[in-house]
Amino acid sequence: MSQWTTICQDEQLSSNLGICALVGSHQVAVFRVKDQVFALENFDPFSNANVMSRGLVGDLKGHLVVASPIYKQHFDLASGQCLEDDTVSLKVFPVRLHEGVVQVMPTPLVGHVAERVV
Amino acid sequence: MSGKQTLVVVGNGMVGHSFMEKLVAAGGLEHYQVVVFGEESRPAYDRVHLSEFFSGRSAEDLSMVPEGFYQENGIDLILDEAVVAIDRDARELTTNKERSIHYDKLVLATGSYPFVPPVPGHERDNCFVYRTIEDLEAIARAAGSSRVGTVVGGGLLGLEAAKALKDLGLETHVVEFAPRLMAVQVDDGGGAMLRQKIEALGVQIHTGKNTQLITDGEGAVHQMQFADGEVLNTDIVLFSAGIRPRDELAKQADLAMGERGGIVINNDCLTSDQSIYAIGECALWENRIFGLVAPGYQMAQVAVDHLTGNGNSQFTGADMSTKLKLMGVDVASIGDAHGNTKGSLSYQFIDQEKQVYKKLVVSKTKKRVLGAVLVGDADDYGTLLQMMLNGIVPPANPAELILPQSDGSASAGMGVAALPETAQICSCFNVSKGDLVGAVAGGCQDIAALKAETNAGTGCGGCAQLVKQVLDHELTQLGVEVKKDICEHFPHSRQELYHLVRVGELKTFSQVIEKHGRGMGCDICKPTIGSILASCWNDYILKSDHAPLQDTNDYFLGNMQKDGTYSIVPRVPGGEITPEKLIVIGEVAKDFNLYTKITGGQRIDLFGAQVNELPAIWKRLVDAGFETGHAYGKSLRTVKSCVGSTWCRYGVLDSTSMAIAIEHRYRGVRSPHKVKMAVSGCTRECAEAQSKDVGVIATEKGWNLYVGGNGGMKPRHADLFATELDDETLVKYIDRFLMFYIRTADRLQRTSVWLDNLEGGLDYLKSVIMDDSLCINQELEDEMTHLVGTYQCEWKTTLESPEKLKRFSHFINSDQLDSNVVFVDERDQIRPATELEKIQLKEVM
Repeated sequence: MSQWTTICQDEQLSSNLGICALVGSHQVAVFRVKDQVFALENFDPFSNANVMSRGLVGDLKGHLVVASPIYKQHFDLASGQCLEDDTVSLKVFPVRLHEGVVQVMPTPLVGHVAERVV
Repeated sequence: MSGKQTLVVVGNGMVGHSFMEKLVAAGGLEHYQVVVFGEESRPAYDRVHLSEFFSGRSAEDLSMVPEGFYQENGIDLILDEAVVAIDRDARELTTNKERSIHYDKLVLATGSYPFVPPVPGHERDNCFVYRTIEDLEAIARAAGSSRVGTVVGGGLLGLEAAKALKDLGLETHVVEFAPRLMAVQVDDGGGAMLRQKIEALGVQIHTGKNTQLITDGEGAVHQMQFADGEVLNTDIVLFSAGIRPRDELAKQADLAMGERGGIVINNDCLTSDQSIYAIGECALWENRIFGLVAPGYQMAQVAVDHLTGNGNSQFTGADMSTKLKLMGVDVASIGDAHGNTKGSLSYQFIDQEKQVYKKLVVSKTKKRVLGAVLVGDADDYGTLLQMMLNGIVPPANPAELILPQSDGSASAGMGVAALPETAQICSCFNVSKGDLVGAVAGGCQDIAALKAETNAGTGCGGCAQLVKQVLDHELTQLGVEVKKDICEHFPHSRQELYHLVRVGELKTFSQVIEKHGRGMGCDICKPTIGSILASCWNDYILKSDHAPLQDTNDYFLGNMQKDGTYSIVPRVPGGEITPEKLIVIGEVAKDFNLYTKITGGQRIDLFGAQVNELPAIWKRLVDAGFETGHAYGKSLRTVKSCVGSTWCRYGVLDSTSMAIAIEHRYRGVRSPHKVKMAVSGCTRECAEAQSKDVGVIATEKGWNLYVGGNGGMKPRHADLFATELDDETLVKYIDRFLMFYIRTADRLQRTSVWLDNLEGGLDYLKSVIMDDSLCINQELEDEMTHLVGTYQCEWKTTLESPEKLKRFSHFINSDQLDSNVVFVDERDQIRPATELEKIQLKEVM
């Protein structure tokens, strides 16, 4: 069932410091940047490690991004798209601040699928 | 339910699911009660990225279906059940579980199946196809006890499958019937270059091979026998020789079929029966099957529009141009890649050195781009595709479109200028100096652009400094003013920022960016300014203002390893340690099951700690009298020493005591990059001081001081800076040297490179430090005194702060650990499991 899952209190999510939450069976990296919240999969496809929540956030060429702490690729926080490799993206989860808590849905938003051969 | 027609969709693959999403989005559920059949046990998943299953993505990660999508929309999704018959007169379907169901409208999205050539022996055990997650699981199981794997089929999917075998650690072969790889998409020249590149990756290619028999192998499970008499012994055979439409259901129902299979559809995606649609790889439009997802998605949209009466879209074919990375090799094929169009002209460019092949096909009149093949460098794909699709007229000499930009060759000089063009700068992406020079000449005028263009420095990052030097050198050659901006947020070099922070007495990143920068900052400027703030004011680096600036290593006060765990290095000043402390390290390692290794800097590194374990481990270490070793920081690492005059019959001064004093003095001082030091007790130099940033060697008349040495990727012998110093002068000189380096070096610039690039070189440095030519020595010493006086063990401080300790858990909302961190034993210690081992361990469980 798709429903909002509360992961922590509002004040536990500091600005510009990622956290990782277990939402359903997904590891989700959650960030608060400039009063917006973002949620991406925690899996770094370049290192195959669950570390995205420990990346540094910032902006690059107009995108709000998080940098992988391992090999430093940047991912757009809103779309999950990798800025260095257009064939790679992270899944994005619905997330919100709601009545003093942070909530994530356990189902990724349907992203684009790379157009390649089946 | 009344008034709604029943729509049945057969097939829940990528296209079948895309159809459902589009139907829901178009409000189709108002008109139809929908039932979906899928014969696999899971709902639709991303087959395009199937090989990522071997690099850590789970079946769940590959899923394309948001949880609850079918239930919440009231759609019946029936999995693990195949439709086996259609009664078109009664409009009724029958399944293999003997269910009957009525339909008003029917959509066939049955996809395709892998073609297996009817070679005798193809049904033997350990012969697989590459289509479903179950196929992959079976391959992974078999790989555990196999050494050699062979893919039959050198097309796009075959090479993808070969990558999977290679990821599984097998000796990998590809057997192709045609005389070249990817015969459909690329021409002879492109195929040859592709082969060369893939063979260089360790995959053995056999083209022009007609497999006639698969039988018992010699020293392997199978032997493949070819028409030319040759044989190949292999443990696994993986068929990937193309696809065939899954059309048996349509055939049984007597729908119009293509001569060689495929369900005939019109521009509305309707079959010969006005109630039945076919979409995706099972459908045949104008005698063509479309084996890509994009056309399948287009068909899904057309069928939805037709069913709902929204829009009047038509399927009128699809462009089959493709660009992809096969085992890291860029390959692209555009339009008429083979130049089959009558009268067409083609141009070819081959660079054997860089292993690039490009071919351009234009019309007879040279007014249109018709097609292209790109291997090894597909950067022109976007441009050429746009030109073809939009009929843009090429330049008078069309060859210019694929020829490399001419580069101004730099004259020989010092430093990077002396490197030959063929010198490899980035070993991760095999980028030569020539590649970088070309990219700079082609317009890359800052590091970000150069990285994006060449990939150099984006792998392990070890070459970043060299890349920067090549950039600076080339820009100077081109007469461009060298921009030293650290990133897009600050129009300043690190040296300028240091000065601005120091003089402006700025204490936080927000003050710095507000006054001197723009935007929010990034992973370049945040840690840089975090480091500068620490070099100036020496606050606790995890203070709330500073914590978001720190790289994960500084943030968790450990060294992140490839699997996301951390390693721990307690400080062992001078490499001297008591038996009691050694025992504590051993016990901690044993209790927390950590891998232990002696470092080159005379200390002990403990690997495999998860975030939540760090505080407990450090509590034990701090209680036993250890301090953090700053192995994670851009700061002093170790001061290596020999036993000196205390024990050694050759030693002339007490090198161990001096090393310990120096290590205690400079521990924790944040600098532009890491700093290593050593003290040797005599000229035999057992501490290898001349390969350190600061090296001290004892003589009978006092200490000799060396600076700017380096081991590592670009070794540099340290320069002799001063001789026969007494203890006090030695320390004074090191104080000044370090502070001057901290003030003036670039970000991540070691003292060796800094000294090489310092205008005036060693003589200038001597005049600053020994003759006080800039009149700054008092300042430098005062600044260092402040840093020494404000030292704190960051782990001790952290352990005393319950607030900070809260951050040390993997999940904010669970005590569970990261299930992707898996260890296996090797030589009686843990090591991270490989991806294959993880799959195999999961299966056992």
